[in-house]
Amino acid sequence: MRNGPFAIGFHALVVAFMMAPLVVVCLVAFTPADTLSVPWGQWSLRWFRAVFEHADLMSSFRNSLFVAGFAASGSVLFAVPAALAIARYDFPGRHALNGLLMSPLIVPHLVLGVAMLRLFALLGARGSTLWLTLAHVVVVTPYALRLMLAALAGSDPSIEQAARSLGAGRWTVFRRITLPLVLPGVTGGWLLGFINSFDEVTMSIFITSPRTVTLPVRMYMLATESIDPMMAAVSALIVALTAVVMLVLDRLYGLDRVLVGQQG
Amino acid sequence: MRPSRGAPYLLSAPALAFFAFMVLLPLALTALLSFQRFSYESGVQPGFTSGAYATVLGDPWYWGIFARTGWVALLATAICVLVGVPEAYILSRMRAPWRSVFLLVILAPLLVSVVVRAFGWSLVLGPAGFVNQALEAVGIGAVRMLYTPVAVVVALVHVMLPFMVIPVWTSLQKLDPMVENAALSLGASRLTVLRRVVLPQVLPGVLSGGLIVFALSASAFAIPGLLGGRRLKMVATLIYDQYLQELNWPLGAAIALALLVVNLVILLGTQTLVESTWRKRMGA
Repeated sequence: MRNGPFAIGFHALVVAFMMAPLVVVCLVAFTPADTLSVPWGQWSLRWFRAVFEHADLMSSFRNSLFVAGFAASGSVLFAVPAALAIARYDFPGRHALNGLLMSPLIVPHLVLGVAMLRLFALLGARGSTLWLTLAHVVVVTPYALRLMLAALAGSDPSIEQAARSLGAGRWTVFRRITLPLVLPGVTGGWLLGFINSFDEVTMSIFITSPRTVTLPVRMYMLATESIDPMMAAVSALIVALTAVVMLVLDRLYGLDRVLVGQQG
Repeated sequence: MRPSRGAPYLLSAPALAFFAFMVLLPLALTALLSFQRFSYESGVQPGFTSGAYATVLGDPWYWGIFARTGWVALLATAICVLVGVPEAYILSRMRAPWRSVFLLVILAPLLVSVVVRAFGWSLVLGPAGFVNQALEAVGIGAVRMLYTPVAVVVALVHVMLPFMVIPVWTSLQKLDPMVENAALSLGASRLTVLRRVVLPQVLPGVLSGGLIVFALSASAFAIPGLLGGRRLKMVATLIYDQYLQELNWPLGAAIALALLVVNLVILLGTQTLVESTWRKRMGA
């Protein structure tokens, strides 16, 4: 069955709508002017240089890379054994466990943010990078868990049982059989966790201190004060970084599987 | 699946303990906080009161913000349904390479930071933005869109559309094209096939997508914060102000808790209800 001309026209408008803000941001980033305008004919990298010379932005960028890297790794460490328990065993509380670990997709990040703020205030941990990273682990664990569960559902448990019956220990079975089988799920989960942690703004805005501000929070604060083409340049860099992560995710795991499964 | 012994508990213990400490405990502390006494001079006091809830429920100013958040989220949801459902249907009828290419084009913005997307819309809709340039070129003249509900709704639709397309797309994948062909060969018009064959089968997907979009829109923070400005308050920006500007944490906690309850009711309660009635009606 084919789409008619009306359907194609509608589709073109939707695609234009989805792409418009991203394309405009990337074009404005190259403006030589001091105002937010699309460069016609004349291009300049001056606003990209301004980004790299902006000490606050660069320190926030480093904070974000650090937090996202450790948060993604932490989420994998929690999600891999939990996914093994949920996918391979039947035990009382299995659904409740799954629900709890998936809850950050349902609880608004704003509510998580104020809840973490209360906890950190009582612990005296406000402004700590460690606790900020742990909060990010909470937010990105559902993504790692979901991809792990999908990978485990796609691998045959009888292979593991065969290895067991041939005398391999539990740890050997995990290291030599299960882990290689689910490795695409693990790396896909790590990357998806990384990009989601790197983008997280709503929870982070409550629990960062001036020293630990992450890049999206810094951008939010800059955007509420004044907007100049430097904001467009940072945004273009983030779009480029996201595109790279998406390419790697696509190669490793299949981007359509990641995105269609991402529904929350 | 293997029967339970110690192993599953041992495997899930780290995640369980971590989530209990980092999710359940903070939420319980916040619930407690919402009942604590507060004064602007000396902050949170010992002793309990339902004063924060009474303040919120008794003041029409708060009701105004709740009403605005509700209708903005509802409008964004309605537009997402009207655009997302036909778009998912058009995507599902495309041929091999284009289908996955355009599915990615529609869904990929999900992975781009919401701050970047909000900033992009402020460029497109701003006073000297592209929409206004186009409006002036055709002689209508500039229209103020930034810091009005228009900008918030447009950006919300942009952020939420993928959440509408995904469940509809998923239910369209399960649909057997032969049923459509059978209806056509039996003399049904294209419109009748859409209305009587396709739509009833994707309706559960439309409903769950709509619920997700509404819940996410009602609790969205960065979009109303950046595109609604200071004057156009919504629930999320109100909570932010109570916590980080007014420093009235108990009041902020009370509103945050109300938002959480509304979200959970919509996402868990309604979805289970919808699914169970559907299964009965479909006879499965």
